[in-house]
Parts: sequence; C-alpha cells; structure tokens
Amino acid sequence: MSKPKVAFYWCASCGGCEEAIVDLAEDILGVVATVDIIFWPCAMDFKKQDVEAMADKSIVATFLNGAIRTSEQEEMAHLLRRKSQFLIAYGSCSSTGGIPALANQFSLEQILQFAYHDSPSTANEAGTRPQISSRQNGHALQLPQLREVVRSLDQVVDVDYYIPGCPPTPKLTKAAVGALLEGKLPPKGAVLSPDIALCDECPRKASKPTDLGFIEFKRPHQVMIDPEKCILAQGVVCMGPATRGGCEAVCIQGNMPCTGCFGPTSRVKDQGAKMLSSISSNIAPKEEGAIDQVLAGIPDPVGTFYRYGLAKSLLRRKVPKQG
Amino acid sequence: MNDKPWEPRIVAFFCNWCTYTAADLAGVSRMKYAANVRTIRLMCSGRVDPQFIMDAFAKGADGVLIGGCHPGDCHYGEGNYKMLRRFQLLQRMLGDLGIEPDRLRLEWISAAEGDKVKSVVNDMVEKVRALGPLDLPGQFQSWDRERMTEAEALIHAGHQEAK
Repeated sequence: MSKPKVAFYWCASCGGCEEAIVDLAEDILGVVATVDIIFWPCAMDFKKQDVEAMADKSIVATFLNGAIRTSEQEEMAHLLRRKSQFLIAYGSCSSTGGIPALANQFSLEQILQFAYHDSPSTANEAGTRPQISSRQNGHALQLPQLREVVRSLDQVVDVDYYIPGCPPTPKLTKAAVGALLEGKLPPKGAVLSPDIALCDECPRKASKPTDLGFIEFKRPHQVMIDPEKCILAQGVVCMGPATRGGCEAVCIQGNMPCTGCFGPTSRVKDQGAKMLSSISSNIAPKEEGAIDQVLAGIPDPVGTFYRYGLAKSLLRRKVPKQG
Repeated sequence: MNDKPWEPRIVAFFCNWCTYTAADLAGVSRMKYAANVRTIRLMCSGRVDPQFIMDAFAKGADGVLIGGCHPGDCHYGEGNYKMLRRFQLLQRMLGDLGIEPDRLRLEWISAAEGDKVKSVVNDMVEKVRALGPLDLPGQFQSWDRERMTEAEALIHAGHQEAK
C-alpha cells in the first residue's frame, strides 16, 4: 500500500514555519517513514507541474504557511486546495495574517513608494519598480501581482484546520500529524491547540493579581523583568489573557511577554479588541488626563494588539479614505 | 435600497440605569430627536466590549454612541470608569485604522437628562452626516474583488479540467 501523501508550501512568510518542520529533528524520520512528502519547494525538488498532474484530492494533507499577498500565492492556494483532502493553515500568517498583515495599515502604493523610492537604504536612481510583465533580451518576463490587501489563507480558499504559532511548536505539529494519520480529527475548522487562554497554562499564573491597577506601561527593554512574577503585574503588556494557549508559555519561560502569536480562543471574535479591553479596563486612574498619561505607554495599539492578527480582525485593515 | 438617500446609522449602547432611562424620559416627554439611532440596552456601560463597537462598524454602522452614568454614579461602582478607559484607547486605535474620532462617542447622561439624549443624538447625527457613509460591508466586498476566483486560478495553473 502506498503511503499517504503530504505537501508543504509557503506563501508570504519568513521561513520560520519551514524551520519548525525541520525542528521536528529526528522525529522527522518517523514522519517520513509514514508519509510521502510529494511537494515541499523549500526542501525538495518537486515542480508545480508535478502537483498539477496529480488527481484531485490525492494529497491527504497540505500544510500551507504564510499569508496571501500575491496572485501567485492565490493560484497555489487554489491548486493545493483542489488536490488536497485536508488543507491546513500552518502558523500565524496563514491562520490570521501574521506579521505580513501589519502591512494592511498602509496602501500598496505607500508600501511601494517607501520600498522603491523613499527608504533611506534604497538606491534606485532610475526609479524602477517591479512590473508584472516586461521584456528582457527578447524574452517576455512575468512577475506575480501584489494585492492591495494581505489575507489569511481562509480569506482566499476553504481551510480545514489551523495550527497556530509563530512558528507552531514541534509538539503541536507532531500531534497534528498524528491525529491526521490516525483519523482522530476534531470538527472541521478547529484550531489544533488547546482552547484555553495562555494565562491558564502560564507558570506565573499564581502571581497575577486580581486588580492589576496599571499606573504606567513599560516596554520590555525599559525594565528588568522579574522572572518569577506575572509580567502584566510588572507593567509590561503581555498578551496572555487574550491569546490561546498550547505553546506552554515558551516566551514567558524565556522571560519575555506573550505577543499573541497563537491568536484568540474560540470564544473571542477579535483578539486585539479583547486585549485592548482587558488592558485598559485595568488602568488605575479615573480621570481622562491621567488615563491618557498611562495609555501613552502604548504608543502603537494596532501593532501591539494585532501583531499577528490584523487580517482576521473585525476591520481587517486600515480603512482607506473614500471618494 | 440604492434609490433611498443615505442616512447615518448610529448604534447606541445605553446603560439600563441612567442613559436608557433618560432616553425613555425623552420619549415620554415627547421630545423629538433624529431617528438615526438604534438603541441597545445594556445593564452597564462597563458591559460594552470593544468587540461590540467594532462589530457594529463592521456590520454597517456609521457611528457608535455609548451612554453611561456620570462618574461616581455607576450602579455597579466602577463600570463607567472601565468604559472611559477603553474608550480613550479604542478611539485612538480606531483613528490609526482609518475610523474618524467623531464616529465613536461616549457621553454621561443621567436618568433625569432626557434633553441631553436629544441634544447628543442630534449633534452626533450631524457630525456623522458630515463625515459621510463608512459602509464597511460594502468596502469589504470591494477589497475582495481583486482576488482570483478558483476557475481563474486553475486556468492559470494549467489545470486540465478547469479549461
């Protein structure tokens, strides 16, 4: 009997999710023993034509990481969707937009203008910009088209499961592969990580006061964080209350606050709004001026509360001026 | 729908003990104010989750008004202070996301201030009217028009069946 076929693909991402697969270390041998990896452009030499030639639904599962920003990524997402029984959004970018979705605070034109003209490190005297089609020495060349909006995978194609994290931990990845092979999958649409807030599994949970009473917010580089005490209690924004657990508080164990990469739990619609609510309700002052003074310690609320989730937030992006 | 001229739609979250009672008083006193407000009664302004506000915008509201008890008068002690703090950060964050500050408003209106409900609602309707429609549901649709359809993608990918 032939082994079940599995594919890995990346879109708008940093490569960390590919690294996370490699982080399975010697366990990857176990995976390779039980499945056939039929497509993994980052690590193995298969071509797109190989995928096109396959029968529909002949891949058991495709793990796709990265957000969707270009026409090429849309095309690959549709192709892999058609060829796979299960399409799994792997990692924060694919699940909720991730870091690339922070670009949704700007128009495409603003981004191109900065990257190709205004950035201090740009040397582009001719003012060249990437063209979708051009001719070079008599050859027609094509580039993918950048979209105006960065999207999560499920804003482009139907997704079966989500594995969150920037990147997902080897433990969650292994558990997901195991569940897949044994056919022990939860209902479609599930996030394959425990449905509890990170605070719930945080080793510092006991030191979290009922009333945080913030009088000031400090950023991690401005304070020596006490490695025993709740990070919120030290006036540093930690996304734990509004973020799904399952990472086993790896960042906290490294004495850094949670930045929210596992996204929300199933009860929350908008992770950033929920975190904003939790943080600001717990500020000590009661007068507008004094409240604003405390809130000045959060200069970039969008980047703080939606670091990995702007694409999937209720508003999705900065609303462009109309008309 | 399209043949009707646009009218601002404002979702109002009023607390049971003060502002909702004030709106009731305005009604009983036969005060007239702009009919652009859809009122939702909550037990306390402190119950207003920022998700409700963003959801209202995402579902087509042009403005969101929150009414609570005056400072010190909250039936539950501290709810209105919690709302005030959330409001200050949310209004700034929504500004960063392209939603003008005048589209979100927080007012303290006691049960006796029916006339304040009237003046606040009328004033807000005019301010939102001046800003024009937000129409996020329409914007979401127009943003997504750039996406490839499945058929387009598969033709592009040289998929046989789709051709």
